[in-house]
Amino acid sequence: MSFPWAKAYEPKSGLMRWIDERLPLPRLVFNSIGGGYEVPRNLNYMWNFAVLAGFALMLQIVTGIILAMHYAPAGDLAFRSVEHIMRNVNQGWMLRYAHANGASFFFIVTYIHIFRGLYYGSYKAPRELVWMLGVVILLLMMATAFMGYVLPWGQMSFWGAKVITGLFGAIPLVGEPIQTWLLGGFAPDNAALNRFFSLHYLLPFVIAAVVILHIWALHIPGSNNPTGVDIKSPRDTLPFHPYYTAKDGFGLGVFLIIYAAVTFFAPNYLGHADNYIPANALSTPAHIVPEWYFWPFYAILRAFTVDFILPAKLWGVLAMFAAILLLFFLPWIDRSPVRSGNYRPTFRKFFWILVADVLVLGWVGGLPAEEPYVMISQLATMYYFAHFLIILPILSATERTLPLPSSIADSVLHGQEVESQPAGISPRPAAAE
Amino acid sequence: MVRILAFLVGLGFCFIAGFSLITGAVTYLSEPHEESVEHRFHKEPKDVAFSFDGPLGKYDRQQLQRGFQVYKEVCSSCHGLSLVAFRNLAEIGYEEPEVKAIADQWQIQVPSVDPKTGEAATRKAIPADAFPSPYPNEVAARAANNNAMPPDLSLIAKARHGGSAYIYSLLTGYQNPPGNLPPENRPGQGLHFNPYFPNLNIAMPPPLQADGQVTYADGTNATRDQMAKDISAFLAWTAEPRLENRHRTGLAVLVFLILATILAYMAYQNIWAGAKKPPARGDGEDDYSPGHTATGHH
Repeated sequence: MSFPWAKAYEPKSGLMRWIDERLPLPRLVFNSIGGGYEVPRNLNYMWNFAVLAGFALMLQIVTGIILAMHYAPAGDLAFRSVEHIMRNVNQGWMLRYAHANGASFFFIVTYIHIFRGLYYGSYKAPRELVWMLGVVILLLMMATAFMGYVLPWGQMSFWGAKVITGLFGAIPLVGEPIQTWLLGGFAPDNAALNRFFSLHYLLPFVIAAVVILHIWALHIPGSNNPTGVDIKSPRDTLPFHPYYTAKDGFGLGVFLIIYAAVTFFAPNYLGHADNYIPANALSTPAHIVPEWYFWPFYAILRAFTVDFILPAKLWGVLAMFAAILLLFFLPWIDRSPVRSGNYRPTFRKFFWILVADVLVLGWVGGLPAEEPYVMISQLATMYYFAHFLIILPILSATERTLPLPSSIADSVLHGQEVESQPAGISPRPAAAE
Repeated sequence: MVRILAFLVGLGFCFIAGFSLITGAVTYLSEPHEESVEHRFHKEPKDVAFSFDGPLGKYDRQQLQRGFQVYKEVCSSCHGLSLVAFRNLAEIGYEEPEVKAIADQWQIQVPSVDPKTGEAATRKAIPADAFPSPYPNEVAARAANNNAMPPDLSLIAKARHGGSAYIYSLLTGYQNPPGNLPPENRPGQGLHFNPYFPNLNIAMPPPLQADGQVTYADGTNATRDQMAKDISAFLAWTAEPRLENRHRTGLAVLVFLILATILAYMAYQNIWAGAKKPPARGDGEDDYSPGHTATGHH
């Protein structure tokens, strides 16, 4: 991997040399996140979010393992054991609030990371597998978060589990047996709670493994950058350490300030009051909503209200899964040779409409299914699918892109270099990428 | 191929969603849509200030003790506090002998087992016990309350939108049903109109009937408003007993993080100072080593 000019690992001490000769772990670290990884010199703050997501994952694993030492995954004990953590375990309240809000912040930074990839074309060749592994991570995160929300066994836990597993019940013929099999019963109960706990403990480690693949695949071509132009010379890059470790250190500080402010001063703001009521199979909450990070997908699920050949509910389920699965095909749907949205003026407009569209979906997804919100969700759903499946294929074939800078270094040296650039050299044509 | 398939799938989903949209819009436009009665008469919680509001808020121990008195003399006849132990009262300023006495004299005894015969029995509460529920089970609770179930109050301030302000508004919000309330929404047998309650009619009779219903140990004038405020504060404490610890820790964490982030920013600027102006085009590219620039600025 990496580039010919990347520094080779040289042990700084006899001990490191001794280890490196027997197990080249120091070399691996140096080459992946140390001075041996050459990174485009022009990365902006949007490139901080991958490290933040990795940090959030570790935070969730650490807090979660300690919480699991005090938690009891049994129907009548689960709710009380969570309150035991909040009241009697030393600093248990901090662990639980850190874990609950950590999930929210994990999704916030991951969503920003995904939209960064969408804007700068990070999903395009040669990074298709990086992108697809990222979508796998997103799916695993969603499964983990959903099962984690069931564990406190409050009203929203119970009814959320019932509604989400009920989605599988929409599948014709085999749907209900599948739902019963998933839950280990006809309704969420001990069996469901126990297996959700087991899987909620397992999946973060699966996520960590896929993250390693994600980073491995990234290191073959190296990081994308705001111009989307390939690295061409040593002038385009800086070693990851100390440059980007320092920048990520600052980004992490800003992230932790916001995260700590919410965790310590508004720890229940992102949650739902009903989850402080113990689960009760005989009392349905007025409106059942999942956690906020599922709202855009929940809005798509509920946007399909009319039976058309298939039942409306099945259309909703299909659309909700399609909304995520279509991301796997994005590298082949958008065939524009220009990666960065900075040089695709029309794409850029549609991109910002998509951002607004997903925010609108998130907004209506958290509201009760009443008019006019259902109509808004239907419009927003139409745009979501139209953006990825109709607009992007047409756009990538027809749009006129702006000239690209000749190199990353030139784009950074705005003012100094561009002026001195000989007039005869025209920017590289897009198709040459 | 992928793009043609994507295009067709996209058209499919847009068509079905559009069909749903048109059907919904026709229904929306053709059928009269009236605001629900709950929506029209329901009120948001009143604005009420508590000492524990805001990022630096603290509980007022005197107020919590007054609130406990209201719980003990009014609420506890129907509502349990199963997640709070008598020993927790030490956190709101009661001395150990007082806590022991409160547990010992609690009106409801704790379910137990006769040490000789093994038969079900009851015993006096001790500080380690949680506040016992006034009813042996849910059936008994419903039987005594016109089939309504008085909820456990331990977490009520976190389990209701609006928290303490909601509790305060509910307790002071009982009123006669407005004249224009449709007959089907008028309180039935054993129900009471309260615009702060989500479906407007609540089974709980107004618990705070008159000023002076409780005689406060600290001499505070027990108006209905005062009692409602005090019990709301007490229930905020039962729901979030570690709030003060959380606020204190949060402040320290934020101060540390802000200082650390300022240092991280300075380190970032320092390290990048050399990289912000790369060598001019004329320089030999072979000579340029960003790593050296960095070490020069350490």
